[in-house]
Amino acid sequence: MTLFSTILVALKALRRNPTRALLTTLGIVIGIAAVITMMEIGKGSSTSIRNSIEKMGVNTVVIMPGAPRHGGISQGMGSQMSLTPEDCEAIARECVHVTEAVPVIGAKGSQLIFGNTNWIPNQIVGTSPEFLNIRNWDVEEGRNFTRRELDSRARVCLVGQTIVREVFKGKSPIDSEIRIKNTGFKVIGVLKAKGANMMGSDEDDVVIAPWTTVRLRLTGLKTGTATNTTSTAATSPGALYPGTGVAFYPEQSDTLSTDTLLVPKFTHVDQIMVMATSPEKVNEAINELTTLLRERHRLGPGDADDFWIRNAAEFMKTLSSTSAIMTNLLLVVALISLLVGGVGIMNIMLVSVTERTREIGLRMAVGARSRDILQQFLVESIILCLVGGIVGILLGHGAALLVNMKLGWPIETSTEAIIAAVGVSAVVGIVFGFYPAWKASRLDPIDSLRYE
Amino acid sequence: MSLIVTNNITKTYFLGEIDVPVLKGISLSIGRGEYVALMGASGSGKSTLMNILGCLDRPTDGKYFLDGQEVGHISGDKRALVRNRQIGFVFQSFNLLPRTSALDNVIMPLSYTAGTLSNREARRRGIEMLERVGLSDRMHHYPSQLSGGQQQRVAIARALINRPPVLFADEPTGNLDSRTSDEVMKMFSELNDDGITIILVTHALEVSQFAKRTVHIHDGMLVAGSYGGGGTAA
Repeated sequence: MTLFSTILVALKALRRNPTRALLTTLGIVIGIAAVITMMEIGKGSSTSIRNSIEKMGVNTVVIMPGAPRHGGISQGMGSQMSLTPEDCEAIARECVHVTEAVPVIGAKGSQLIFGNTNWIPNQIVGTSPEFLNIRNWDVEEGRNFTRRELDSRARVCLVGQTIVREVFKGKSPIDSEIRIKNTGFKVIGVLKAKGANMMGSDEDDVVIAPWTTVRLRLTGLKTGTATNTTSTAATSPGALYPGTGVAFYPEQSDTLSTDTLLVPKFTHVDQIMVMATSPEKVNEAINELTTLLRERHRLGPGDADDFWIRNAAEFMKTLSSTSAIMTNLLLVVALISLLVGGVGIMNIMLVSVTERTREIGLRMAVGARSRDILQQFLVESIILCLVGGIVGILLGHGAALLVNMKLGWPIETSTEAIIAAVGVSAVVGIVFGFYPAWKASRLDPIDSLRYE
Repeated sequence: MSLIVTNNITKTYFLGEIDVPVLKGISLSIGRGEYVALMGASGSGKSTLMNILGCLDRPTDGKYFLDGQEVGHISGDKRALVRNRQIGFVFQSFNLLPRTSALDNVIMPLSYTAGTLSNREARRRGIEMLERVGLSDRMHHYPSQLSGGQQQRVAIARALINRPPVLFADEPTGNLDSRTSDEVMKMFSELNDDGITIILVTHALEVSQFAKRTVHIHDGMLVAGSYGGGGTAA
């Protein structure tokens, strides 16, 4: 019996009971549809992560204070304030592969007040004027703050689009005064819209001010925390960083210190954001930074770094692998549903074999060999699975498109997933169709012809 | 030379510890173009004999020559081939495929024939066979749309599609009323006139009278005098 005529016979047999064929294959349809939807959404999200990181600037490097080890125990990230503004200046001055380096201080959670509106911005960032260059961010209205304003701790700020919309109700905020922690800031510029970042938080919900002002007015002086014995032992920053060789605090009389606001020499920053000369030079820049910071922090050859350097590529890897884990997990669930679908096929094929015992007996009586019967039932179940697979692919793609339209999630059609889906459904057909087909081929023609 | 020659065929079923001998040594010879009725009470072993003669079953012992070829002890696949090319079956309960047109039912055995004919050739031959049984106007009807006699004639056309030399009919009129029975039996007679050997299994005397020779089987043995060359009356 040729394969072509076998397929014809199988199609005719399936057409004799279309409702059952449809229900039988439903498990496969759902399984494959789930796989395809998962793959398209997963691939789309990892692509969008990659794009947003590229937009953020692949030549950006972020230095964060590290998790120091004390007596073999990690103290946790941020338990030591190891980065100083001087580090930042040194990086900008000494590293040849670095174009800009700015300190970043966060004052998250502070309330902003304007008129009768209260608002807690997603981020309040204290930084240098060059920050906007590194972030590739333009001022839409007004101007950036200047180095002079930075040095003089001027109470000026730039605001993002969300602030304009929510706090100023869309009116131009330029020259308005907002209050954060009882400090008045004059709005001198409005930033262009940037949208959500790859973590999904709104980047336009931001206030940017000179870091000196933020440190003085909003966050106060941060030294090491009390849990860190090294830093409590060396409360004087001069002792922590002997290399700087400057007095950190101006001499003050007691009266003076109680009467005036403490003007600290700003010792620590939360992050240093660095821009490498080009994306290709990022690794050289990182090497330079590491060498320079280890030197400045007096770390011996055996000591671990007291800072972390992250770059966009690394973010990308982390986020992609997170989304890959999620995709794989969902894929496993989808594959299990395929397995269930396969069992459904096997079940119905077994019923079908019993029901068609007489037909099998007749076919054997007129000359079908066992292998012809095996082939016929196997081809039937493969056709069921393949048709289910194809319908599933269409359905899954449709579902992904729907998700894309209704929820705005990025999707991407995956050719590999489609090929894999077809392959998997054929394999399911063979694996779960084999036992019923084998059972059919073992039937005795005499008994089968008499079967009622 | 005889078309069918059996040489002391026995068939024993082994049911656990008890051996049930069904055929106890049957030697039979049927010539080309004969019309033989195989008669016997139920349980006499006539169905078992027909299954063996029809290559559906194999004898426990003894030799069976079909058209000069020993077919009693060959593999299942080879027996399938013999059934396909040299034997046609007509069953009591027609055994047509449901929801399949008469024509498709008729040409179904061709799909198991090695060196399959083209689809067009197969259909042409199927139509020819339906014409021969007088159903050329019903070839696209489903079995459920045909009367019992018509269904049995479709089954006869199916049995003839590969032009086998021998046709086995197992109680072909058992499910039919007397008028359609006559119709079907006349058809067998016509086929026999065309030179096809027919072996009819029945327990009905009036049916067996259409045959030119009757062979009685009783308790697994041929009844003396009912085999051999000449036709013997019952």
